[in-house]
Amino acid sequence: MTQAESRPEAARGRPPSTEERVLELQGLSKSYGAVHANSDITLHIGRGEIVALLGENGAGKSTLVKQIFGLTRPDAGRIVIKGDSTPIKDPKDAIRRGIGMVHQHFQLVPVMTVAENLILGHEPVRGGIRLDLAAARMMVRELSEKHGLAVDPDARIEDLPVGAQQRVEILKALSHRVDLLILDEPTAVLTPQETDELLGVLSELAAAGTAIVFITHKLREVLAVADRVYVLRRGRVVGTVPTDETDAARLATMMVGHDVILRVDKKPSTPGKAVLSVRDLVVRDNRRLTAVDGFSIEVRAGEIVGIAGVEGNGQRELVEAIAGMRSPLSGTVRLGDRDITRFNAADTNAAGVGHIPEDRERHGIVASYSIADNLVLNCFDSEPYSRHWIRNISAIREHAIALRAEFDIRSASIDATAGSLSGGNKQKVVVAREMAARPRLLVAAQPTRGVDIGAIELIHRRIVEARDAGAAVLLVSAELDEVLSLADRVAVIHAGKVVAELPGDLVDRAEIGRLMAGERPGVPPTDHRSDGES
Amino acid sequence: MAGIVTWQFRHLLAIGTPLLILIAAYLFYFVDQTVATSMCANAWFFAVPLVLGALTGVIGERSGVVNIGIEGQMLTAAFASFFTAAATKSLVAGVAAGILAGVAMGAFLAWTTVTARMDQIIAGVAINIVATGITSFFYKSGAQLPVNMPQWNVPVLSKIPLIGETFFQTGPIALFALLIAPVLHFAMFRTRWGLRTRAIGEYPSAADTAGINVNRMRFVNVVLAGILAGAAGTYLSMEATSSFSRGMTAGRGFLALAIMIFGAWRPLRVVAAALFFGFANALASQLQGVVDIPQQFVTLLPYVLTLAVLAIAAGRVRAPAAEGVPFIKGEGQ
Repeated sequence: MTQAESRPEAARGRPPSTEERVLELQGLSKSYGAVHANSDITLHIGRGEIVALLGENGAGKSTLVKQIFGLTRPDAGRIVIKGDSTPIKDPKDAIRRGIGMVHQHFQLVPVMTVAENLILGHEPVRGGIRLDLAAARMMVRELSEKHGLAVDPDARIEDLPVGAQQRVEILKALSHRVDLLILDEPTAVLTPQETDELLGVLSELAAAGTAIVFITHKLREVLAVADRVYVLRRGRVVGTVPTDETDAARLATMMVGHDVILRVDKKPSTPGKAVLSVRDLVVRDNRRLTAVDGFSIEVRAGEIVGIAGVEGNGQRELVEAIAGMRSPLSGTVRLGDRDITRFNAADTNAAGVGHIPEDRERHGIVASYSIADNLVLNCFDSEPYSRHWIRNISAIREHAIALRAEFDIRSASIDATAGSLSGGNKQKVVVAREMAARPRLLVAAQPTRGVDIGAIELIHRRIVEARDAGAAVLLVSAELDEVLSLADRVAVIHAGKVVAELPGDLVDRAEIGRLMAGERPGVPPTDHRSDGES
Repeated sequence: MAGIVTWQFRHLLAIGTPLLILIAAYLFYFVDQTVATSMCANAWFFAVPLVLGALTGVIGERSGVVNIGIEGQMLTAAFASFFTAAATKSLVAGVAAGILAGVAMGAFLAWTTVTARMDQIIAGVAINIVATGITSFFYKSGAQLPVNMPQWNVPVLSKIPLIGETFFQTGPIALFALLIAPVLHFAMFRTRWGLRTRAIGEYPSAADTAGINVNRMRFVNVVLAGILAGAAGTYLSMEATSSFSRGMTAGRGFLALAIMIFGAWRPLRVVAAALFFGFANALASQLQGVVDIPQQFVTLLPYVLTLAVLAIAAGRVRAPAAEGVPFIKGEGQ
């Protein structure tokens, strides 16, 4: 990443001397019940340094930064901020001492404006009581200009796209004097373009002297922007390395503790008859705008078709239409020789379609149900899980125990609520349930989003196994690497249409990038990024 | 562009509707002075406890605490104020006791829902049941206020035809209701307290990470809102009727909740909504002499209106997102 290289050489890769240290953690430990979320964590970060915290879901990264921001207290150990080891009482105290945090789930009030959100907690007032919103707007404009993060101070948060919401969240953190900025999985919700912009902003902040701690499990981002990496595993720091002395494969190994096959091992596909045929599908989104615009595709038994595209080009609506969650305006969806266009979700499922939904929290699991119950959500009303309208608890439990072992769902018990699981394990529950039904067609939308590498590997392997067992798989993913490593055939979607279909193994990434951006095949790209820099 | 158009439209509605009603009222006033005056006075008379009750609900729900115990708060306050005034022969002591009763019930709600994180609906129901029980059990017939509550004529303002007679020839609690609504409106939307209150009712974890003590603020707000519910109950027994009867709130606390919703959790709109109910009620009593309607249907009117209004308002107004959900620190999303 060019931004990273443009920073002063002094800040890169060199452990800072003690007096420059903005933050030091000494033997930090935190337990929740029997679970050691953090054990004996020691790390430090200096002025102008970008440090990545890398680890699987459940490795203890979020717990760690919550303690630094005063959201929870450590059981043992010390947090030293600029040489001051007074315990951090609460977020207010943390803010006062120069810590800013960009939360994974934005801490913004949706019905309030950008300006109102920015002043919450330290509101400027006129005449003793009246909120000074003019000053707030002015503050937003100044901050926004200073950091090159464009936002409209009067826009309501809920009307803004996710990328803009994150800019607000960052500005909010920067609205105080910030020596240490913590970002908890800031790129999880961003498009690749927005991610690049964010990484640029982080580099600039670091160049101006801000220390940055940034949590992720995307290796590319770590290597692009961080100076040093701390790798966490099961609540412990298992290693720290400067980024210029490591590479993706080595980091991945440190994270999961065994070698991860980043490439998916798979045999060439032997496709059979067409299972899914979508013809001229038109689907409208929630704003009643056409999102899928005459989309056609065919997926045969025993093959994986990947949909590559920038998010927001109709992928979500396409998947929902196929899965029976959204009624298309026109066109047909056929499963084998059955027309399932107007089927609801239950009928689609009964017809043999498995669906790994994009938003697992909302559509994938019922957080308050047990893991066992979540694993039968698609078959609870059929034998053997239900007999004469009465649930057969022992069959449900056996099913859950078998799937837990098969899919390596890490939980204390199958009776624990699904909501208590980490993101990766929730996703394993969803995948296990959908796979266990042996669907003819598997629709997998962002199957590994926000999931750790170990789980990614497992999910990828299972998808390939399903294919080899004769299932048709439609894979929709924002991760191009995922599409390219899994798919036998790649369809590029842009503005709700298939703009190109390519064989999976003969793909030129640059070409795909151009197609995703909506450029016609063959036309040379215009490089927007090369202008503003240097 | 669209934003500007909606803005103008909304303001036209906000300014135009009351203006239209006012013009209609004055036209009527010139046609029949006596009837118009008595109808307006009747409407406000009916609306006062609803305004105070609904504002209790607004403060609670804007902070994230659903209060369906307003009925019970009002009833307890009506009881406490009347019998304290009767026993001590002091109106001031009576009013103070009424307000204190409202605050005490508010504190009970705050403690159960905010501190003990009990279900807010159950806590509210409990308040209503306890209030009915206590006030019936300790009820004694024959008690009387030492004197009636004073009637004030506000200088200058009370001389305005119609409006003056309706709003400014009045008892102290009705005047309080008239003044507290705009004050609360300003506080809710233009002050630090209001911004924070709305934040903890919409997205408490955002407020928490901004350094605001969510549960303490909820607690204090619910307790303070008890003042308004207390005033509402005191109005019923001391100012409106000078007597106490069992179950005298007669569902007004629930009606207040409907008005809170109809008023979209905004204090000034709440006043408008309460007046709307008041007028409907006044109209019905007027019609009684003219048209042949059984008395039962007339008394039914506010409740039928409640249903109609809620059916219309449902889906058009949006409740604070976090109402009803206890806030547990560190479990924010």
